[in-house]
Amino acid sequence: MSELASAIQRRDLSDAPVRTVSARPSLRGRLANLWGRRELLGQLVVSDIRVKYKGSALGLFWSMLAPAMNLGIYYLVFSVFLKNGVPNFVIYLFSGLIVWNMFFNSVIGSTTVVIARAGLVKKVSFPREILALSTVGATVVYFFVQLAVLTVFLVLLGHQPAWSYLPLLPVAFVTLYLLAAGVSVLMSGITVYMRDMAHLIEVLLQLTFWLTPVVYSYENTIAPALARHGLSWLYFVNPMTPIVMTFQRIFYGATNVLSTNTGQVLHVLPQWSLAHFWVVNLILLGIVGIFYLLVEYLFGRLEVNFESEL
Amino acid sequence: MVNTIEVQGIFKEFVIHHERHQSLKERLLHPGSGTSEKFRALENISFSIAAGETVGILGHNGSGKSTLLKTICGVLAPTTGEIKLRGTLAALLELGAGFQPELSGRENVYLYGAMLGLKRKEVAAIFDEIVDFSEIGKFIDTQVKFYSSGMYVRLAFAVAVNVDPDILVVDEVLAVGDERFRAKCMDRIIRFQREGRTILLVTHDADQVRRLCSRTIVLNRGELVFDGPTTEGLKVFREHLHASEDSTTNSANENIEITSVTTPSGTFDVRSGEGMHFDVAISSAKAYAGHFVMELHSRRGELISRSDAMTSPVQLKPGSNVVGIDIAALPLLDGVYDLNVGIVDEIGQNVLAWSEKAATIEVAYDGREQGIIEIAPSITQL
Repeated sequence: MSELASAIQRRDLSDAPVRTVSARPSLRGRLANLWGRRELLGQLVVSDIRVKYKGSALGLFWSMLAPAMNLGIYYLVFSVFLKNGVPNFVIYLFSGLIVWNMFFNSVIGSTTVVIARAGLVKKVSFPREILALSTVGATVVYFFVQLAVLTVFLVLLGHQPAWSYLPLLPVAFVTLYLLAAGVSVLMSGITVYMRDMAHLIEVLLQLTFWLTPVVYSYENTIAPALARHGLSWLYFVNPMTPIVMTFQRIFYGATNVLSTNTGQVLHVLPQWSLAHFWVVNLILLGIVGIFYLLVEYLFGRLEVNFESEL
Repeated sequence: MVNTIEVQGIFKEFVIHHERHQSLKERLLHPGSGTSEKFRALENISFSIAAGETVGILGHNGSGKSTLLKTICGVLAPTTGEIKLRGTLAALLELGAGFQPELSGRENVYLYGAMLGLKRKEVAAIFDEIVDFSEIGKFIDTQVKFYSSGMYVRLAFAVAVNVDPDILVVDEVLAVGDERFRAKCMDRIIRFQREGRTILLVTHDADQVRRLCSRTIVLNRGELVFDGPTTEGLKVFREHLHASEDSTTNSANENIEITSVTTPSGTFDVRSGEGMHFDVAISSAKAYAGHFVMELHSRRGELISRSDAMTSPVQLKPGSNVVGIDIAALPLLDGVYDLNVGIVDEIGQNVLAWSEKAATIEVAYDGREQGIIEIAPSITQL
C-alpha cells in the first residue's frame, strides 16, 4: 500500500473539464450533454438498423415493403376503385405517405424503447432521450430511401415537381424531424409510468392519420364545408397537415388539375402563394422548436424516477 | 492536489409503490389507491477524492453504496446535492450491460466505446489492445449472443479498462471470470494506481479493500459513518456488521467481546521459526457455541493466513473465557504482522465478535531470504 500511495502522479487534471451531476440539470446543460453524445446517437442508429436486418438477405429493402404495400393499396382504393379523378395520384399519395411514415414509425418505435432497454438505462450513464432519438434516426434513414424511390417515380412518370418550392423542403423536413423527435421522446418517458400508453398511442395515431390529408385531398373534400362554418383553422391544429401539404406542394406541383373522370377543374391543394407557404412553415418550425424544448424539460422531470419504475 | 470527485451534500430518495397501478385503466379507476412511501437511500453524503487516490467504499447490502456509485457515475440523479467530476470516468458497474446480443463483438466494442464517450476513431486506435486483453481472438466477429458469460465479461472489462479513464469505478465486478483473468484484472487495477488514476472500489469484500485502498469510506443505512484510513475503516465496517446482525437476527451473539490478547512472556516479539502462544480473553453474556478464527496480515494488507472457521469449536460460558492459540513454528521473515481474532457462529457464516489488530507481532529474522515466509530451499546442482 505504502509504495502505491507514493506513486508519482502521472496525470495533470487541473485543466480537465469538470462535469456536474446535479438534481435537476438546466435545459441548456441537458442540450449541451445531448450534443456532446451525438457520436453515440449515430452509432445507436447504425446498430438499430443492423440489428433489425441482421441475417436477412435483402436488408434495408424489407423496410420498403410495408410502405410499398400501403402505397399500392391506397392507390388501388382511392384512384382505381373510388375513381377520385386525380391524375398522377400516386405522386400525391407518395409525397404525403413518406412524411406520415416517418412520423408514425418514430412514435410507434419509441414508445417502448426505454422499457426495452431497461438494463442499459439502469447501468450506463447517457442522456436517456438518445434511445428515442436513435429510433427517430433510423426512420430518417428510411425516409431518405423512400425519398429516393419517390424521385425515381417522378422521373418514370415524367412528372415535374414545383421547382420554386423546393427550398421549402429542408425547412419542412427539420420541422417534421423535431415534431417526430418531440412526440417520440415524450412518449418514451410517459410509457415508463403508464405501460398501456403504447396501445392508446396506436389508436391516436390512426385517428391523426385520417385527420391528415395523405390519402385524400383536403381542398377537394371537407375544405368548403369547414370554411362555411369558419372552422378551417381546426383542421390546421394538427401540425402534420401543413407539413404534409408542403411536401405535396413541392412534389405534386400543381394545385389545380383536370379530373381524369369529368375533365373539370379539381382543387387538390390550397391556393397559397410561395410566400404564404414560407410563412406557414417558418411559424410552424418555431412552434415545433419550442415544443421540443418543452419536451426536453418534461423528459428531464420524468427520467428522475426511471430507476425505481423500471 | 486536484480533486477528481467532489460529492456535496447528496440526498437520494426513492418512491416505493405498495400497490402499483401501472395501466391507464387502473389509474383512472383507482385514482387514490395504492400507497407510496419515500425511502431515503442516501442521506447527506459529502466527501472529496483527490487525483491518484484509491478509495474503497464499504457497506453491507442496503447500505446505499450502489446508489452512491450510480449517482457518481451519472446513472441516477440525486434528489438534492451535487457531484463534480474532473476528467473522464469509466464505470465497471455491470459488465456488458450495454451489449446488443444481436451484434458482433466488434460492433459491440464500438458501441460500448461510444457509450463510455469515445469517438469511433479513438476506439479504432485501441481496438487491437482490447481484443488482445479480452482473449476473444477470432470470435470477435461472432454475434455476442453466442458468447459464453466469461467471454462477455472479458470483452466488457477489456473495453472499460482500455479507454484510458481518469477515474475508474469498480463495483464488485472482480468476482467474475476465471482465476487467471481475475488476476489480470487486478494487475490492471494496480497499474492504474501506479499511473496516478483515481479508483473508486465498491465492495463488501474487506480483503480487497485492505489490499488496494489506503482510504476507506463506510456507509451504513444511507449515511456516511466513516471516512479515513483503511485499517480503522475496516474496524468500523465490522462493528456495523455486528450492529446490523444484532437487530436483524436477535441471536445470542449480544455481548460477546474479545477483551484482550496476551502472551505468557508479555511480549509479541518472536524470532523467525520459533513457536508462539497467545491467550485470548473473551467475555460472553450467555453460553454460546461457535468457532474461533484467527487471521494474520502483513503490513501491506496481504492476508498471510486465516484459520478454518469450521474446525475450531469453542463453547463459551457466561462470564469470562480464555482461548489459547498455539503456533508451533512461525516461518515468517523480518517484519511487523497484525493478528486479528474473532468468533463466528456454528455454521461459520456470521461474525459474532471481532478484534482487528488484536496484537502486533514483530518477527526478527537472521537469514537471507526475502519476502514473507521462509521456505529454506536446498538447492543442489545435479
